[in-house]
Amino acid sequence: MPVSGTAKSQDLASADALLTLKDLTLRFKGQTNDVVHSVSLRVRQGEVLCVVGESGCGKSVTSMAIMGLLPGKATQISSGKLSFLAQDWDLATDCLPTEVRGREIAMIFQEPMTSLNPSFRIGDQIAEAVQRRRGNSRTEALERAEVMLQRVGIANPKQRLRAYPHQLSGGMRQRVMIAMALANDPQILIADEPTTALDVTIQAQILDLIRDLRDETGMGTLMITHDLGVVAEVADTVAVMYGGQVVEQGPVAEIFNNPQHPYTIGLMSAMPRLDRPGERLAIVPGTVPTISNMPEGCRFRTRCAFATAACAQRPKLRDVASEHEVACHFAPLETHVKVSA
Amino acid sequence: MLHFLMRRVLIALPTIILISIFVFALQKLLPGDPLLVLAGEERDPEVLEFLREKYRLNDPIPVQYLAWIGNALQGDLGTSLRSNQPVTELMAEKLPVTIQLAVMSMIFALVIGIPAGILSAVKKGTVTDYVANVVALSGLSIPNFWLGIMLILLVSVKWQLLPASGYVPLSEDFWQSLRTMVMPAFVLGTALAATLMRHTRSAMLGVLSADYVRTARAKGLSERVVILKHSFRNALTPIVTLTALLFGELIAGAVLTEQIFTIPGFGKLVVDAVFNRDYAVVQGIVLVTAVGFIFMNLLADMMYFVLNPRLRGQ
Ligand SMILES: Nc1ncnc2c1ncn2[C@@H]1O[C@H](COP(=O)(O)OP(=O)(O)OP(=O)(O)O)[C@@H](O)[C@H]1O
Ligand code: SF4
Ligand SMILES: [Mg+2]
Repeated sequence: MPVSGTAKSQDLASADALLTLKDLTLRFKGQTNDVVHSVSLRVRQGEVLCVVGESGCGKSVTSMAIMGLLPGKATQISSGKLSFLAQDWDLATDCLPTEVRGREIAMIFQEPMTSLNPSFRIGDQIAEAVQRRRGNSRTEALERAEVMLQRVGIANPKQRLRAYPHQLSGGMRQRVMIAMALANDPQILIADEPTTALDVTIQAQILDLIRDLRDETGMGTLMITHDLGVVAEVADTVAVMYGGQVVEQGPVAEIFNNPQHPYTIGLMSAMPRLDRPGERLAIVPGTVPTISNMPEGCRFRTRCAFATAACAQRPKLRDVASEHEVACHFAPLETHVKVSA
Repeated sequence: MLHFLMRRVLIALPTIILISIFVFALQKLLPGDPLLVLAGEERDPEVLEFLREKYRLNDPIPVQYLAWIGNALQGDLGTSLRSNQPVTELMAEKLPVTIQLAVMSMIFALVIGIPAGILSAVKKGTVTDYVANVVALSGLSIPNFWLGIMLILLVSVKWQLLPASGYVPLSEDFWQSLRTMVMPAFVLGTALAATLMRHTRSAMLGVLSADYVRTARAKGLSERVVILKHSFRNALTPIVTLTALLFGELIAGAVLTEQIFTIPGFGKLVVDAVFNRDYAVVQGIVLVTAVGFIFMNLLADMMYFVLNPRLRGQ
């Protein structure tokens, strides 16, 4: 299978991590099980990390925890260390300060139609982000907003500054969100399914845009998606999540050509063809148990064709190849299959 | 928007006419003869007949009504049977009093109700929220006359801080005018504050979980800006609408409160007029307050357009 970005990810394999998340575990108050359990992620400079997994596996919750956007009263973070900008934050006790949020790390959301404030002009919404961060005057901030609109490919940026969100299409609104997120030249962009709500041609444009901006600025990107077509197109590394855990991660070529976790293998065989992007996965047989019904041990047990009694023990993530980690007792599978045969 | 407003005005007209017919008819059905009030000790049938002719009380009721509404449309609401003053003049005297009371009450209501509503929405489920709701509920259930009397007893009689009653026009003595008005305004205002607080709270709760509020936080804006600018601005529509309607109600008269504090506003005027069978005055007031109320409704509708960029310019 042709996968882009392979060469690049090899080049960057040694590059320093820009942001690392270690051992994030959290639950919502009143629930009996962790929604996200011991998740670790790493984003490097100039690199796109794609987080994939079925709906409800905790992708958005993980990214919001990084941004400090989860409702404090309703969330209980029991562990999680965030390293970023040569600083560490213990997410269990504090979160990213507002000076960092929106400046060094920015986020765009799954819902372009509702993520802009309907009451304010988009120029002011972008300018506001700039002004807070750089201490610019309003005029300077608006000039910056205009430059950003131009950069994300919006025609007539000067007039568009005065538009209200309802006057723009979904694709345009997502571009505005991207312009807003990138207005302060962040080092990290978190994009939570930035194209899911858009139609196919617009999807491709937005992905191209993110990739171009990445190349231009060297920012690291954490991209969440359902869509393996998107992964093949933009990812350098991939983290596969299932039931609030990372079950496999590694360079994109490894994940596509040599998947090791039974869940990833299921995803791959269920993968839509690249010439028909936009199709969802989730064709792995069976359904995800709800958080409260997650089995002990390996959370994939209820759907796994390879499951044995050993799987009642929780498998740890471990290396099967360089940079390629899998959380399954029987990985690497070939070895195991050979041994048992 | 102009089109929309025209339609609203066209709907409002029949409403006003209906109200005026209703009030007119009801007055005629009430027992008691206004002429006996007017004529006083004089019971000479000829005098009574003369007065009857003068006030056209012998005409059929529909004719009387048409004559009245015809004059009203020309700005003549008739004369008071009792004081012989033109009704418009009587009302022009009382209107500033009522408006001053309404404005001051509204200020109390807004200054207390909106911050309390925002606070209890932001602190939903905490002690603060709980206390705010209990206070609001008490505010709604304590009758105005009781609160008024208690305030007079405490503030005026016991502590002698404010005058218990009376009215001084603003133009005569600004501070004294405020001092006489502050207690009744507080009584009326707190009751409205409770209503406003509950509406503000629910509007804010609807907005606080919106995606664009999350975006505002992701931008790194301070919590103050996130709540007071990005959230409150979107919760404003129902609050402004409600304020306009409540203001309309205040104009229509706070009968009890005006009685307790002996404030010579619309409320007092209308009560006296009803007891005296002073038809012209009652009808005039009802007509004017109904128009005022409908106007506030229109204003509320207009604000709806002004506040929503999506509807503006349509
Ligand atoms: N505020 C919340 N309170 C309680 N449960 C929540 C809350 N937010 C999310 N959840 C639950 O947490 C789990 C993970 O949700 P999350 O939004 O992270 O999924 P996702 O992987 O982003 O899915 P999707 O692909 O549909 O966006 C889900 O079961 C969801 O119902
Ligand atoms: S640990 Fe067991 S249940 Fe889990 S994926 Fe591996 S084989 Fe399947
Ligand atoms: Mg999501």
